[in-house]
Amino acid sequence: MSAVELERSLRICAACMYCDALCPVFPKLADKRDYDPADLHYLAHLCHNCRTCWDVCQYTPPHVFAVDLPAAFAGQRRRSYAEHVWPRWLAPAFRRPALGAALFALAALATISALMAAPSPWLLMSGLASATLLCACVSLAASALRYWITIKPATPNRRPLRALVDIVTLRHLGGEPGCSAGRQPLHHLMAAGLGLDLVATLSAAALQHIGGIAPPYPLASLPVLAGAAGGLAALTGAAGLLALEARPAPHEPGETALNVVLLSAIALVTASGLALLALRDTAAMRGLLALHLGFVCGLFAMLPASKLLHAPFRAAALWRAAAEDQVGDRRVSSRDG
Amino acid sequence: MASKNLSDSDARSHAPPWDVLVIGGGLAGLCAAIAARRRGVSVRLVESAPLALRGGDARHARNFRAPHEAPTAHTPAAYRADEFLAELRAVSGAPESALARSIVADAAQLPGWLAGCGVRLQDPAAGLIPFSRRTAFLLGGGKAMLNALYATAAGDGVEIGYESVAQGLRAGPDGDWLADFAGGERAARCVVVASGGPGANPAWLSTPDLVFRGGAFSDGRMMQALVESLGVRTVGDPASRHMVAVDARGPKFDGGIVTRITAIPHGLVVNRDGAVLSDPSQNAKPTHYAEWGARIAAEPGGVAWLILDAEGLSRADPIALAPVRAQNLAELARALGLNEAALAGASRLRAAPFFGLPLRAGVTFAHFGLAVDESLRLIGPNGRAMQGLYAAGMIMAANILPRGYLAGLGITLSTFTGRRAGEAAARHVRG
Repeated sequence: MSAVELERSLRICAACMYCDALCPVFPKLADKRDYDPADLHYLAHLCHNCRTCWDVCQYTPPHVFAVDLPAAFAGQRRRSYAEHVWPRWLAPAFRRPALGAALFALAALATISALMAAPSPWLLMSGLASATLLCACVSLAASALRYWITIKPATPNRRPLRALVDIVTLRHLGGEPGCSAGRQPLHHLMAAGLGLDLVATLSAAALQHIGGIAPPYPLASLPVLAGAAGGLAALTGAAGLLALEARPAPHEPGETALNVVLLSAIALVTASGLALLALRDTAAMRGLLALHLGFVCGLFAMLPASKLLHAPFRAAALWRAAAEDQVGDRRVSSRDG
Repeated sequence: MASKNLSDSDARSHAPPWDVLVIGGGLAGLCAAIAARRRGVSVRLVESAPLALRGGDARHARNFRAPHEAPTAHTPAAYRADEFLAELRAVSGAPESALARSIVADAAQLPGWLAGCGVRLQDPAAGLIPFSRRTAFLLGGGKAMLNALYATAAGDGVEIGYESVAQGLRAGPDGDWLADFAGGERAARCVVVASGGPGANPAWLSTPDLVFRGGAFSDGRMMQALVESLGVRTVGDPASRHMVAVDARGPKFDGGIVTRITAIPHGLVVNRDGAVLSDPSQNAKPTHYAEWGARIAAEPGGVAWLILDAEGLSRADPIALAPVRAQNLAELARALGLNEAALAGASRLRAAPFFGLPLRAGVTFAHFGLAVDESLRLIGPNGRAMQGLYAAGMIMAANILPRGYLAGLGITLSTFTGRRAGEAAARHVRG
């Protein structure tokens, strides 16, 4: 759906306002008559696609007004990614999510073949993975900065703590009335699992390069415990979120595809990691290791062109929302005396 | 072909009679179905609309009027039942009836009853609308309420049919009623008619220039059939309606809340011939938007135009359909399809750019309906209550509101009369 279509829907929403207590998006439409591109980029990332407004809307199809705000916002989010991603040649990946999947597959294949060919893959492995991750981080930071420059508010945020709490706890994802149950715990599970996986990787690197202890590590060691727990949690979370992508209409196929590509990549990484842990004493170990590292490098290579951008973009939108909310605090007065 | 199958299944004349047939899946029908079902009788609810457009005019509702002696979770100030009754008396001009007193007295329990059906009310501190002492706001509006009530009705075991149209009723054997569906008749021990007011049936009441804010499925044909075939008595004035100014570019039916135009005080209104109907600079007393419906309906062609300059637009509430925009009034007249001379009276508007939109009268509801007694039984041609035939909701609202308008009364009236009619129907069946 186009930006014109989003603006058409928002005009109807601003005149209606029956959803004003559903989520933080609708109060932002109050008294709004015109929408500039920055407004649309900002509002699209205040929406986390819970679809409650779709369920209660009087004007969804087959009504002639055919309002489908979740889909209109989802389309706008993809335009936000495409317009702000750096380097800019990654933009097509947000118009055609299959390109992100192709990037994952290419990087994974290249890594796997390099690892299978090299006589001593360890150095190559950590070098490749670190370099890819570094590039991804630089790109994600640059993209986020470009988005922030577009949407940054005129007033500074004097409630940084509130914004941080909203961002980290995913307060709105499940905290809003009628919010789809399950997304918040699944998202927390996946994020915490990936964090534990990072701890496992870093602690393994420390043991090897600083402690001088070569892998494999015993079951009761930090890398193995954190890796196993993190892998299970991230896989469960990613699988649950993938299942939720099968929710019925409203439907923005592009955003669904972006979600499915990233969640699938995370599921492949964690599942292969768990398999590697389970079978590390068998002949399958070398092949599984190459596969797992291939998936890891594939994920890292894909990150700048993936739905991961929603994390810094949504954080930026929540930061602006906190800055605005301190300006016009809520009127609690009677409307009829 | 789902609709055909549903109609056919409604029309199996050999099937045993339903205990209670509820005609109309709007708010009153849902409340009647739930109330009857909870008293242990079998209930069939037929809704003429498809699932996506179910629920009658309550889809467009927002709040309801409920008295409370002390502050409650939904409003931090008291609103006494006698205030409610006095306001109802003042707007309707009708003497206080036992039915009106029952509605008001029962409404105190309404928030709790709705909550028990999964309906959520808005926290007065949340959102943007300042709280109302008199009315409670539905979280997400009327459709959210209807979704919860449909889920409750289905969970309670009410048999629900969509796109199922009852075209008429006649008395059957053993005191049963026979309902006429597309494929044939079905019998019911008793019937609650909750199919809405005269609403969107312009052919019946001849209203070509009007827009109907409610859905096209609330078409009043069942009401017409009851009057014409059974001689059911009517109340109110068929020519009297509550009307507001609406954007004429909106749909003929189902525009709901968003096509209502509240910006008239910030601009001026002209008719087809260029006569200025309003000019706030010359008329200090602002006319309420609700009074504009009847005024516009009386203009040639039933149409008028609202003209705003940039300053006026900036003070107006957001308008759902972007107004026509022009740099000067001559260009605006052309864009609106008016003579340039028609906007001569707008020359006092100075701040370019200029904006315009056509207005029509939008019907909220009619002050006309079927007569009922205190137990919601329909009144027959002989002036006596008909056995096993009840009415609830907007089809009988004119018994309570033969004129005027009271914000939030629709939901309060429909839930009460629906529940009361459903309970009475269940008692009638159980003997």
